[in-house]
Amino acid sequence: MSALQIIFDALSLGSLYALGALGIALIFGVMRLVNFAHGDVIAFCVFALLWPSVDAIAIVFAGNLPWFLLIPFVLAMGAGLSVLCELVVFRRFRNTNPATMMIASFALGFVIRYFLLMLFSSRPKSIALLPELSQPVTVLGARMPLLQLITILVTVGVLLGLTIFLRRTRFGLEMRAAAENFTMARMLGVRANRVIMVAFALSGALAGAIALILGSQTGTANIVMGANVMLMAFIATVIGGMGSLAGAVLAGFLLGATATLLQALLPPEARAFRDAFVYGAVILVLIFRPQGILSAGGMKERV
Amino acid sequence: MSELSADGVSVAFAGLKALSEVSLQLRSGQILGLIGPNGAGKTTLVNVLTGFQAPTSGAVLLDGASLSGLEAHELRRRGVARTFQGGRLFRDLPVIDNLEVTGLGLGLSRAAAIREAGEMLDWIGISALADRIAGTLPYTDERRVAIGRALMRAPDFLLLDEPAAGMSAEEARDLSDLIRRIARERGCGVLLIEHNVGLVLGVCDHIVVLDSGAVIETGPPAAIRASERVRHAYMGTAADTGLPVQEALV
Repeated sequence: MSALQIIFDALSLGSLYALGALGIALIFGVMRLVNFAHGDVIAFCVFALLWPSVDAIAIVFAGNLPWFLLIPFVLAMGAGLSVLCELVVFRRFRNTNPATMMIASFALGFVIRYFLLMLFSSRPKSIALLPELSQPVTVLGARMPLLQLITILVTVGVLLGLTIFLRRTRFGLEMRAAAENFTMARMLGVRANRVIMVAFALSGALAGAIALILGSQTGTANIVMGANVMLMAFIATVIGGMGSLAGAVLAGFLLGATATLLQALLPPEARAFRDAFVYGAVILVLIFRPQGILSAGGMKERV
Repeated sequence: MSELSADGVSVAFAGLKALSEVSLQLRSGQILGLIGPNGAGKTTLVNVLTGFQAPTSGAVLLDGASLSGLEAHELRRRGVARTFQGGRLFRDLPVIDNLEVTGLGLGLSRAAAIREAGEMLDWIGISALADRIAGTLPYTDERRVAIGRALMRAPDFLLLDEPAAGMSAEEARDLSDLIRRIARERGCGVLLIEHNVGLVLGVCDHIVVLDSGAVIETGPPAAIRASERVRHAYMGTAADTGLPVQEALV
């Protein structure tokens, strides 16, 4: 494997983790909630493309839409479910302590997962989501599936878009203020419900983007397909400094790069233990920087 | 002419009385000082007046109408603004955005919020700080930005919680000038909580002294300076805190 190929692998895996971490950090920022249901929202987005059936063969519903309809559909599904979670569940826990909210998010995740289990069974189904993306392309002499390139480009696009949204728009400014000090923002008249709802919608849309990437990458729909990304994304938000969006993205890419590099550099017999090395590195980072690599400024000072 | 008043306000935390039967009136354009030893209940009173803390009994009135049950942001919309100990800016945001987001929260359009934020920094004389990240500002500037943020959308009342803490004598003098301008030029009623008693005696029209949750003295600075009760209330704490209370009162 060429060095360039390793770089592209690292970037695309890192992209996935970064998008996931961003989805978690956005909500943590405004609510101090670690939303463990995020991974199940990802799985839900993939299954939203299928008709409910417990057969091994997927009966495609929206999955056959042309890409320019399919993509907004999946993003809207993610955003919609995420906003629904906020309205039905999290809103009621807003003034409880973070541990209670976290447990509620675990419970909600199980509800979503078992809902999918009831409708679709636990058997992974093979789906052909945007099959044209698996054809290989050559970039700077490195061969890769088109999807890998698109994943990287989409992530860069999402990051740029989100940066512009946060820096240049009214909602963005309100959200940054609320993320830093929610009580103060609220006291100054920033509408809490609206800001939180937008954060959930964005987070859900990010889950939709991950669903599209994972679905086309693996060609399967599996009710636990969001779990691994969720775990890595959660770790990335912790390493990044809870609440720091830039930190979450950076740590997501670092995790992806570490995993890819270990995969390439470890002797073959040690590769099975790759994740143990990744988690070991995570522990080391947290020992030396328990507040994360870019800790959020407003964390300590609260009204 | 507008009036914000506390009418027989009491606050008890788990049976412990933080405030008992406190009444005071703050009128437009007035600078009212609120002093008292540590633990006298000054911040609790400000919290009650700004809707952060519901009184156990008594009421907060704005032009005679009760504000009971209203939350802090609703009081802010009605023109009761405050600052906090230590500034409490959005430290990751530029100074101008700190003011802009306040304007947005108070119902301004984006363009209007940006315009008013710029004008406010100009009025205070800190336009040069507009693009600085709030968390990187020195203490004194942070306080002035916090005051600017509180003055967005021209509130009728401004409650300042220890704005001079940690300031040098010269910085405190500049702050006095700013407080006077807020009252004279903007017609804002200012309630000033401050440990720097010298500053309070110098800038306020009228002073209320709290001790152990109750008002022990009210009057113009000269009367407070002469009050035996005030001196007595401060005796125990002034020596521990090293604050210039004794000197100021003499």
